[in-house]
Amino acid sequence: MIKFTNVFKAFPKGGLALKDVSFHVAKGEFAFLTGHSGAGKSTVLKLVYAAEQPTSGEVRVSGFAVAELSRREIPRLRRRLGIVFQDFRLLEDRTAEENVAFALEVTGARRAAIPARVMRVLTQVGLAAKAQAYPHELSGGEQQRVAIARALVNEPTVLLADEPTGNLDERATRGVFQLLRDINASGTAVVMATHDLDLVRQAPHRVLELQEGALVYDSAVDEPKGEGGAAS
Amino acid sequence: MTLTIREALLAFRRAPLLSALSVTTIAFALFVVGLFGLVAVNLRDALSQVAERVEIVAYLLPGTPSETVTLALKDIESFPEVSAATYVSEDQALARARAELVEFRDVLQELERNPLPASIEVKLKAGYRDADHVSAVADRLRGFPFVDDVRFGRDWVEKLDRLQQLAGGVGLIVGAAFAAVAVIIIGTTIRMAVLQRAREIAIMRLVGATDGFIRFPFLLQGAIKGLLGGGLAVGLCYGAWYLIDAHLIHALFFTAPQALAIVGFGTLIGLLGSASSVGRHLQRV
Repeated sequence: MIKFTNVFKAFPKGGLALKDVSFHVAKGEFAFLTGHSGAGKSTVLKLVYAAEQPTSGEVRVSGFAVAELSRREIPRLRRRLGIVFQDFRLLEDRTAEENVAFALEVTGARRAAIPARVMRVLTQVGLAAKAQAYPHELSGGEQQRVAIARALVNEPTVLLADEPTGNLDERATRGVFQLLRDINASGTAVVMATHDLDLVRQAPHRVLELQEGALVYDSAVDEPKGEGGAAS
Repeated sequence: MTLTIREALLAFRRAPLLSALSVTTIAFALFVVGLFGLVAVNLRDALSQVAERVEIVAYLLPGTPSETVTLALKDIESFPEVSAATYVSEDQALARARAELVEFRDVLQELERNPLPASIEVKLKAGYRDADHVSAVADRLRGFPFVDDVRFGRDWVEKLDRLQQLAGGVGLIVGAAFAAVAVIIIGTTIRMAVLQRAREIAIMRLVGATDGFIRFPFLLQGAIKGLLGGGLAVGLCYGAWYLIDAHLIHALFFTAPQALAIVGFGTLIGLLGSASSVGRHLQRV
């Protein structure tokens, strides 16, 4: 599904963002990507959705080799992914419903099928009642649910979440996290970057830990760690 | 396709103020170009009216037989520069002098013998009314054995020549400068509209929209803004022309193709401005 093989990523203005990172996330898996800010979590995700290209090494995502993707092919990859961010990235001048429908419209979905598909995902994230609300009328947790609904509406095989709870209070965090686990339970792989270790400890999921660009711990390979690692 | 058009139109509704501002800015930028265009059109018209009076007169020796003159007229009219050649007999010359030179009427009445020579008046085609062509035709006319003298007001033709060259040169430079300013203003305006929607472009790409899909509504929107701005500019020009024509001096307005050219120019800049802004923006996301 997602396979990194000896991936290096250097940025033109100097600095090595990723050093020899290799891992494999299987279909239907739930994986945490942990580490301090600047450890390279976002860079890993950007490589997955082809916003960045590896400097060397190979990144394969659901059959696509990211390094070989042309600009025209990138949208084809992204339609198989759902992406969620810390800052939600909703369009402020559109309702929840329109924000979700937007993702279907831009991918050329059949017009007649859009409303039903939008309502289905909004129901799935528990926001069917607020379909007509604008982002500024929703709480942070609700906005993130809209963003998750938008990520889900194209029925992705992988959901990427970059600090999805970073802007949320504890209650909203639990709600959103549970939603991501439910989504994973129904078969979608989830890769969640977070530095919230409490959250990581709560769940028995795969943990990939980055430190200054290097993958220092993979719970699927290494022994469980005590401090700052997986389940205590 | 319908979605593209809907998105383009929705943008006007979502950001009515910015859209109105864009259209107005484009309109005023093109209005300035249009005003200059009006000046140029009227100046050219005035100069060409003056140039129409460029005329070469060949005075004939007395007693030139009319058959010779008829043949010569045919010959002269076949010169590539010549639009018309007219024979003016001695009697016609005198009649014209009597009509035109009122203050000499008494003197002319008392003449026993007509002192005026017959002549051939030669008018030139547009484009040949400059000093070089006029001189060349005059020289050829002098070559006819029955031609006594040839006159054409050399100084005057040369001045007119210089004036037309000057007007053409200044017009080209100033026109190009105004057009360049319009291009920059319109380009900046369109760029602002694109930047305002940078977030939207980034999100569109994230959810898997193709470049073409993202670009199209912007291009359409830019073209519509250019079209509306161009139309408004022509309207403003018409208003300005109407006031000048009614209250100051009689002036010409644009012909339909000229007015359409302004609207087309606006549409084109709107389109190209959007294309370059969105293109540059897409490179970065």
